[in-house]
Amino acid sequence: MKRLLAVLLGVSLLLPLLSLAVQSEFDLDPEQEDRFRELTKELRCPKCQNQSIFDSEAGVAGDLRREIIQQIREGKSNEEIVEYMVARYGDFVRYRPVFDGRTALLWVGPFILMIVGVGVLVWQIRKRRRLADAAGLDETHRARVRALLKESEEGRL
Amino acid sequence: MMRFMLPVGVFALLVAFLWVGLGLNPRELPSPLIGKPAPAFERPTLADPSRTLSTEDMKGQVWLLNVWASWCAACRVEHPLFVELERLGVVPIVGLNYKDRREDAIAWLQQFGNPYAVVVTDEDGKVGIDYGVYGVPETYLIDRDGIVRFKQVGPVSREVLQGEILPLIEELKG
Repeated sequence: MKRLLAVLLGVSLLLPLLSLAVQSEFDLDPEQEDRFRELTKELRCPKCQNQSIFDSEAGVAGDLRREIIQQIREGKSNEEIVEYMVARYGDFVRYRPVFDGRTALLWVGPFILMIVGVGVLVWQIRKRRRLADAAGLDETHRARVRALLKESEEGRL
Repeated sequence: MMRFMLPVGVFALLVAFLWVGLGLNPRELPSPLIGKPAPAFERPTLADPSRTLSTEDMKGQVWLLNVWASWCAACRVEHPLFVELERLGVVPIVGLNYKDRREDAIAWLQQFGNPYAVVVTDEDGKVGIDYGVYGVPETYLIDRDGIVRFKQVGPVSREVLQGEILPLIEELKG
């Protein structure tokens, strides 16, 4: 039993080497690898649409990862690589769409909704206040209200 | 009245948005290639890997590029239509054998028939990336000047062939 545990422990200690093997396949320096991660997480897989190229196991995502690695090695900038993808798969592959005529509503829409919402809220509050003012409560009315409230608290009503 | 109409109006708007939005097919991505030159390639042919075919060779004629593979089940669905189309002799169909093994591809064509004027191979999927291929089969209609005019993702149906592709071919051949 002890020997089995020792063997298991030994094997598990070797496991991190597997990731080394994967990294060496990429053959990127740490800074390039950061860019690779950033890019593949920002690009959407055209096949499995709710996964990034980084996450997806679809065949085409693997090909695109390889393509991105190669382009990083060739010294292409992030913008150039994203342009390359968009030219082939369309704006769809960007998780962060560019701001232009077609996407303006997408970017600005939520803020417009928020402004409208706050506007409606302010309008409603003002309306209520106006109604309360219009009711024309003066000090004698207020005193009467307080007296009634007190009575109800004491259980006399 | 306003108190009643406003929520109903907002609700109706929401229903309209959902009606249109949910009716769209999210798997169908508009291709940025439409109206742009077909990406150039020069690839070995399946029949004889020592010979190549390039997009230049196809200049001057309207042609179809069909991306297929022997491992692709949906390709079998559309394949009989291409066999039929080839008999009509309207356009040359070039096959792009995508990420496949040569012997599998040849056996597949023997089994299901070969409607292709030429089949070129793309083992590593590089040409596929240039064309933005993400789901095999895919079909592109390319005009005399090498401009992509139409793209179908997934199997071509008889409706699409007769309703869209054939009329467009007639128009392009003018």
